Amino acid sequence: MTSSNNFQWRRDRDGLGVWEHRGKVAVVGYGHSPVDRRWDETKLDESLGAYTIMACEKAMEQAGVTIDQVDGIVCCDSHIAGGSGGTASQWAPRPYFDPPYDSEYGLTLINAQWLINTMGFNNVKFAPTGVPTIGEMVGMASQAVGDGVCSTCLVIYPTGNLEGRYRRGGENAEDYARGARQWTVPWGNHGGNDFINIFPHRQYLQKYGGEHDDLFHFVTNQHKNGMLTPWGYNATHNVQPISEEDYRGSRHILRPLRIWDCDRPVNASAAYLFTTAERAQDLKSQPVYVLNHSQHNFRFRTTQPDLDEVEMWTDQQAARMYEGAGLGPADVDIFNPYDGYSIMTQFFLEGFQWHGVKRGEALPFYAGDISVKGPHPFSSSGGNLGNGRTRTAMYTDSIEQLRGTAGDRQVTVRAETALCAFTTPSSGGWLMLGKYPS
Amino acid sequence: MPKVIPVPDELSQPFWQAVSEQRLVLQNCTACNKLQYPPQAACQVCGSADYLEWKEVEGKGHIATYIVIEDGRLNRRMLDQPYNLALVTLDLDPTVNFYSNLPGVPAYEVPVGAAVEVTFEEVAPGQLIHEWRVVE
Repeated sequence: MTSSNNFQWRRDRDGLGVWEHRGKVAVVGYGHSPVDRRWDETKLDESLGAYTIMACEKAMEQAGVTIDQVDGIVCCDSHIAGGSGGTASQWAPRPYFDPPYDSEYGLTLINAQWLINTMGFNNVKFAPTGVPTIGEMVGMASQAVGDGVCSTCLVIYPTGNLEGRYRRGGENAEDYARGARQWTVPWGNHGGNDFINIFPHRQYLQKYGGEHDDLFHFVTNQHKNGMLTPWGYNATHNVQPISEEDYRGSRHILRPLRIWDCDRPVNASAAYLFTTAERAQDLKSQPVYVLNHSQHNFRFRTTQPDLDEVEMWTDQQAARMYEGAGLGPADVDIFNPYDGYSIMTQFFLEGFQWHGVKRGEALPFYAGDISVKGPHPFSSSGGNLGNGRTRTAMYTDSIEQLRGTAGDRQVTVRAETALCAFTTPSSGGWLMLGKYPS
Repeated sequence: MPKVIPVPDELSQPFWQAVSEQRLVLQNCTACNKLQYPPQAACQVCGSADYLEWKEVEGKGHIATYIVIEDGRLNRRMLDQPYNLALVTLDLDPTVNFYSNLPGVPAYEVPVGAAVEVTFEEVAPGQLIHEWRVVE
């Protein structure tokens, strides 16, 4: 039932042409669990497993699909935060609970097999293991449905968070640096996308001008959009949007990176349901269509990626996505790039040239009207900065905008195509969605 | 506070051995005439391991940019905060870069664009790492 992920499905090269399944695969449902700051480590109905089941049920319910109709499950284990982080993120040695919480699965990890056993899926024929993040998972499911490997596929993305300061334990508490860490940690770089992107960001400011704190326009707008996202952490916990003063007065992490440039780790899960465009016509939800997907995993040429590499990589991502979708920058209505650290988002905006923004023009663009009701509703989801680090707001907002169901976040400009992603400049994937199949 | 101590592996052992002798050596592909750092199993240009050799290089570079770590996650460096983390490009091939805490440069006072030269710093008895200091 489960099989290893061989990566042959990826669209990760230049010049692949228009995606062969363009418009023939649809997203027909999504579901979000509550978004908590952390699991309290006692309530099993608020565990990562329980939340994942809840998200799956909501996604299926939205489309009117039953468990026996699901024949594909794409689920990555989880991305746990908490105090340990990295390789030390596990519940053990604390005692496990009664089944199905009698191992790490259901507590800090989720996979397809655990869901099959726990929820009773009985017709699953596609359940790959070793699945990467949601940035690639949505492409993997799209390709699988398009290829006929499965016809109704759940994509599930759990993000766990236990007690403790973010990743202060595990390898970061050790005196020695092994493997790839021997080249970074002795000087203080403990790894992560904050470090990877802060240097190109500094070079960006040196090359094009502007101040780091000019990002407040973008960050505060993400918080505003987050308050318009009913399921997100900020809206459900009444986290009032920060002001410019709040931003400028906040503490630095990796100066110039501030705390408000970083998303907030949460305990949550989300699920999306993919099927064929043909089958979507018989379901109760309004489908949106997959127009292309692409992936990338660019290799660093040296210790630290620089601005040249990051701009080259994001140019390449844009070229692949536009080619595969048969669209260009002017055709993209909704643009929801990844914003887990605010310092990387400008690279995507400029690489994809959304609303004509060229290299070096992001900061003035942010200073204009990027509100959801304005002419340039950039990152209408509120992203991870506005909703917590679910890494899924970009997808859900894109679906809702195309359906016209985004509520107070609904843009006033045309909403017929949407680009969304969980990706860093170096690795991840993009998804292009359309209101119409062609 | 002492820095985190790198643990050499099979691939990196020649590099760290040279550092312990206060020499900077990088992998060089003689077929592509391309330096690479950190060391890799094969040349990142031609993909072959057959032409990789260790080459001693002149430890001269420039500061491309920097950040200041004020709230990092490394237990061993907590008391050092705030401290500089600079990105140094190698003059011989500016596509090769290194991290440096720029010993002797106060936090926040990094001269971006300044010339630097390699130096070596003990992180454990008899074990050195490469660092970079500003050339006056």
